[in-house]
Amino acid sequence: MSELKDIFLSTCDRLLGELNTTDADDHGWPRAAWQRLVELGLPAALTPQHGDDGLSVADALAVSELCGYHTLALPLPETLVANRLLALAGLPIGDQPLTLAATAGETVRLDREQDHWRLHGELSAVPWGRHADAVVLQVESDQGSRLVRIAGAGLAWRAATNLADDPRDDASVDLRVEDSQCPPFPAGSPSLLEWGALIRALQMSGAMRKTLKLAVDYANERVQFGRPIARFQAIQHQLAVAAGQLAAATAAAEDAARRTDGRDHGFSIAVAKARVGEAAGLVAAIGHQVHGAMGYTREHTLHHGTRRLWSWRDEYGNESFWQTRLGTLAASGGGDGLWATLTALQDSSEEQQ
Amino acid sequence: MQAFRFDPVALPESARQLRREVRDFLAEQISKGGITPHRNSWGSYDADFSALCGERGYIGMRWPKRYGGHEKSALERYVVTEEMLAAGAPVGAHWVADRQSGANILAHGSEQAKQEILPEIAAGQCFFAIGMSEPNSGSDLAAATTRAEPTEGGWLINGTKIWTSSAHRAHYLIALARTAAKTEDRHAGLTQFIVKLGGDDVKVRPIYNLYGGHDFNEVVFDNTFVPAHRVIGKEGDGWRMVTGELAFERSGPDRFLSTFQLLRQLIDALGEQPDRRDRAALGRLVAHLATLRTMSTSVAGMLERGESPNLEAALVKDIGTTFEQEIPEIARLLVEARPGLERGDPFNEALARAVLTSPSFTIRGGTREILRGIIAKGLGLR
Ligand SMILES: Cc1cc2nc3c(=O)[nH]c(=O)nc-3n(C[C@H](O)[C@H](O)[C@H](O)COP(=O)(O)OP(=O)(O)OC[C@H]3O[C@@H](n4cnc5c(N)ncnc54)[C@H](O)[C@@H]3O)c2cc1C
Repeated sequence: MSELKDIFLSTCDRLLGELNTTDADDHGWPRAAWQRLVELGLPAALTPQHGDDGLSVADALAVSELCGYHTLALPLPETLVANRLLALAGLPIGDQPLTLAATAGETVRLDREQDHWRLHGELSAVPWGRHADAVVLQVESDQGSRLVRIAGAGLAWRAATNLADDPRDDASVDLRVEDSQCPPFPAGSPSLLEWGALIRALQMSGAMRKTLKLAVDYANERVQFGRPIARFQAIQHQLAVAAGQLAAATAAAEDAARRTDGRDHGFSIAVAKARVGEAAGLVAAIGHQVHGAMGYTREHTLHHGTRRLWSWRDEYGNESFWQTRLGTLAASGGGDGLWATLTALQDSSEEQQ
Repeated sequence: MQAFRFDPVALPESARQLRREVRDFLAEQISKGGITPHRNSWGSYDADFSALCGERGYIGMRWPKRYGGHEKSALERYVVTEEMLAAGAPVGAHWVADRQSGANILAHGSEQAKQEILPEIAAGQCFFAIGMSEPNSGSDLAAATTRAEPTEGGWLINGTKIWTSSAHRAHYLIALARTAAKTEDRHAGLTQFIVKLGGDDVKVRPIYNLYGGHDFNEVVFDNTFVPAHRVIGKEGDGWRMVTGELAFERSGPDRFLSTFQLLRQLIDALGEQPDRRDRAALGRLVAHLATLRTMSTSVAGMLERGESPNLEAALVKDIGTTFEQEIPEIARLLVEARPGLERGDPFNEALARAVLTSPSFTIRGGTREILRGIIAKGLGLR
């Protein structure tokens, strides 16, 4: 089982390294690169059927960490999650890029009209919206939470980007939706926002790992005052701090990734996004400090990771959003309840696969 | 570059069961008035409570039964220690013996020493102190100058140890001493000895800490005799053993729960519906605490598999102690504070204790700077 995981992840690692699509392509969709992902079956790697191959949800999700490490400028993590949810809800899945529209505030509504639904509102900062074959949303209705799949091509996208120049597009929607296009949101699953937070947490872990690697390598190569700057204790200690942040972030993100099927996934995902987001800013800052002016150039690759860290920590709920959820939970149990709550949530919601 | 791995560990049902047992035991103690939950747990010395823990099998949990142990896993031990700390139980008397001295003797001690000492520790009747630091040897432990010289049937020790916590109450101390002159290999020629305390040949003088408490001491050896069977391991192997203890010493929940009682009091002081800013501040601490538990449990899993996660332990201690120090800094700004050790209300007392003890967190057990040096070495920078 774990051997299978190793083979799967090392294959992905090699491919993502080769693709080298660190910048979103100005000239349109990088069809060839996406096709390579399709050849490996990656877009559908997280669907429940795929689990029969022996890969757990956490194993497949680990691809997101690799996407972060290689700063892949393609919506593979979003597509993994979207296909999983579509499959669970009984909708068709596919090889084409998909995206998740979920923001911390609710902006889209689903209203019943005779024998169909009307979906209306604003989609904002949708990752890769203009390139997505379909947008997957979770929308509350008076008949419960629904999973909605809408075709991307039909929308009038207003192009925008995040700090890393990755597409984050807006669109107004006012659509007729049939029952068959909006089944109930899969029961027991993390919400769409939680899934988004989880993949960003994993991507940030990967991008931090890359940032630290670049900084450590640079520190060992760059010579000042007659020796590599790695010999200076001030540099060593900054990198040690970054290593601690990376380790904590990775532990939190991986812990959440293996609990998605458990009862208490909401807690561990909130912990992950809050903890990883906090680490992201610190690690990015240290990465830059160690690189000096070189790291501030367009030419150096450092910013492919750091600009994404600065973007991803704000996406699918920033630290403050998730911290507030955790704080609400802690306050509700009182001081005496904190430990019991914490241990119950962390002990019980083990991976159930 | 080496990335530090903290592979997730799932607690077995036996550990969860044990958690419930310990929790019931502690609840009973609290209701009987045996424990005051807002004291500083592993700094609180209570020999009766330690004996009770011994009776219940909560000390020496991983050791073989023939030495009084209970042959439990590192994860079961982890659960017991964190439940004790979270409840604020006064575990200080047996803490060091259980955490590291006993494990050290079990791994490297003579058969005779194991038989005479380990069952006593496990019974909660025998307490240890750590004799590493000296006036001129703090972070630079290899600079130790306490000497041990062979004599008929054992060794004679001379020299001075300092900052020796609980030496005035412990039964034994493990002393690191030079058994050979310093050579180019600074780490060679050091040996560990189990020294009996309480006799005339060991003088223990109190050193009061900044708030007037008496925890640590100066310990002077004056031709102190140590019988041969109380040498730990081979002569000259002391350095390797001292560093071998570090994973036990640095990775546990005692490295991030020191101010947990204040966090509990903070939640009560904020009430059931704090505003958004306060909830975010609280939630941030919860996220850190949950992550530290994940990491520390993972290290317990490595110990269980027989690995020596010294680097990982240094990392847990570095970020864990930073977290412990942050709690009072955040708490005092969220609630209007009047910290005082005897103010009569639990929030302000817990805050006072946290503020006054927190400088020690990043000094004892290896300073922050020393830990970061170890981590940097692990990263390939030194
Ligand atoms: C509450 C408490 C309990 C203790 N209990 C015990 C005990 O029971 N037994 C025992 O043996 N010891 C005990 N100690 C001592 C503790 O282990 C030492 O204090 C610690 O190892 C640091 O040594 P030092 O105090 O001499 O500081 P120093 O080593 O003199 O350090 C002073 C400062 O210089 C920094 N520094 C030193 N070397 C370097 C370097 N190479 N690079 C960068 N910075 C450096 C340190 O990080 C620190 O900030 C205790 C200490 C405290 C505070």
